[in-house]
Amino acid sequence: MAFKIIASQCTQCGACEFECPSVAIKFKGEAYVIDPNKCTECKEAADTQQCVSVCPVPKTCVPA
Amino acid sequence: MSAPTISLEGLTSATGFDELLATARSGGCASSTCGVAGKPEDMDPAVWDKIKDHPCFSEEAHHFFARMHVAVAPACNVQCNYCNRKYDCANESRPGVVSEKLTPDQALRKVIAVANEVPQLSVLGIAGPGDACYDWKKTRATFESVAREIPDIKLCVSTNGLALPDHVAELADMNVDHVTITINMVDPEVGAKIYPWIFYDHRRYGGIEAARILHERQMLGLEMLTARGILTKINSVMIPGVNDEHLIDVNKLVKERGAFLHNVMPLISDPAHGTHYGLTGQRGPNATELKALQDRLDGGAKLMRHCRQCRADAVGLLGGDRGQEFTLDRIAGKDTYDSSKREAYRQVVAHERRDHVAARSAAIGMVKAAGSGKSLLVAVATKGGGRVNEHFGHAREFQLFEASPKGIRIVGHRKVEQYCVGGWGEKATLDGVIAALEGIDIVLCAKIGNCPKDQLAEAGIRATDAYGHDYIETAISAVYATAFAIGPLAATA
Ligand code: SF4
Ligand code: SF4
Ligand code: SF4
Repeated sequence: MAFKIIASQCTQCGACEFECPSVAIKFKGEAYVIDPNKCTECKEAADTQQCVSVCPVPKTCVPA
Repeated sequence: MSAPTISLEGLTSATGFDELLATARSGGCASSTCGVAGKPEDMDPAVWDKIKDHPCFSEEAHHFFARMHVAVAPACNVQCNYCNRKYDCANESRPGVVSEKLTPDQALRKVIAVANEVPQLSVLGIAGPGDACYDWKKTRATFESVAREIPDIKLCVSTNGLALPDHVAELADMNVDHVTITINMVDPEVGAKIYPWIFYDHRRYGGIEAARILHERQMLGLEMLTARGILTKINSVMIPGVNDEHLIDVNKLVKERGAFLHNVMPLISDPAHGTHYGLTGQRGPNATELKALQDRLDGGAKLMRHCRQCRADAVGLLGGDRGQEFTLDRIAGKDTYDSSKREAYRQVVAHERRDHVAARSAAIGMVKAAGSGKSLLVAVATKGGGRVNEHFGHAREFQLFEASPKGIRIVGHRKVEQYCVGGWGEKATLDGVIAALEGIDIVLCAKIGNCPKDQLAEAGIRATDAYGHDYIETAISAVYATAFAIGPLAATA
């Protein structure tokens, strides 16, 4: 399992990119994208998914 | 199409610039005040040195110097009810207008392009959208590269304060000597109504807990800045019914902790901006409520009255935004910094300023000494330089001054739609201008036609161009003298 970003909602602020403990988030072409192979859902690193917690727009970082 | 100019007429226009430069060079610095032009009597010289070229920190400097913002730090760690990050940050920029987000490299290019074109440029700020201290790597990269190219530019940041304590040491190392913290509350109960959540230490907090953490971090950051001698301005957004009365406590507390200036800004809320406040119908204060609160705060931390709530990509003097002239697609890629214009301009200003300061203190002294007990609200059309030098029809804002037994001071500004476009005045626009000037006793400008003048008179507002190109304070003191039948300034000089 992994998380994904709904590109149409994203403000492209980049906060999730530098909070992600797994370095799974990158700006690709036009949008921020989560690499499903790298995303750990923050299981080891934190209590909550960091991208979800920092994202200013509700329902933008969601389970894939 | 060239955007309307906001250059200091006579200071930077082709011929005037050379003439003035010649005067400035031959001026000879016999006077002992040379080098500290404009320093108010009661100010520490070290502090004055830090603010004398900063338009936001010094009222006097705002007539002469320009700032620019670059939006390089879009990530944020706080959610404010007056901000909708899908569009922009309302903290430091007008909401609803998406600013141009830049990478640190693009920002450097833009700063160089502006420094080459706008000789008044003295300050580079990073102020939203997002938080400069939270999105720190980009802030730091931008400052480092700009400081390398243009060593004398002043750097400043605006922040919500949450991540500020983590970076005070680095800010000090980079010679950032101006920081603005947005502080809307010192009581977490009030804070909970303004901030739905914060992201701190790897988790999201809400409610009173969030506000308490934010408050503690803000106070800590402010104390750390004060301890290092970094000047701190506090911005507060006035939200009627939420924190308006409370801002009196905020003012007191931040003053105790060494804040240099306090700037109370009106909440801007419009349903179209999609902010929580906009959608729930929370209104902003009107100009009278804002001024009433600012007047009550007088005597606490020094109040800033000339803030323009600039966009996050604003460029130019505070009174006029030239940001649209310097969007990325309009600036050349390979510009190198050429210091000549800025250096020449500084010489002119040094000279002009000494003059202005003398004229200004004479004028203020006269009004104070008049002992009339009356006050006058004056709207001034100016392009900068501290003079009444803008045509009525060209003004896009009027600066508001109050002449009273306390002296002459700036109390705000009123934005208007430019009335005269290409030589034609629109009746409907004039009505708007007149509405914006409500409560004003007299309008001073460089030129005004009979038609708008008569219509203003009908609305009970006098307007005159008799003092065109005079220093603002000199003109106001003359008007004051006439209005209250006091001997004119010449008699006392
Ligand atoms: S859930 Fe965690 S690991 Fe996955 S992308 Fe979000 S922050 Fe990164
Ligand atoms: S935090 Fe949310 S809005 Fe910001 S870049 Fe990531 S997904 Fe987009
Ligand atoms: S927003 Fe206010 S403080 Fe910031 S640059 Fe503009 S006038 Fe100065």
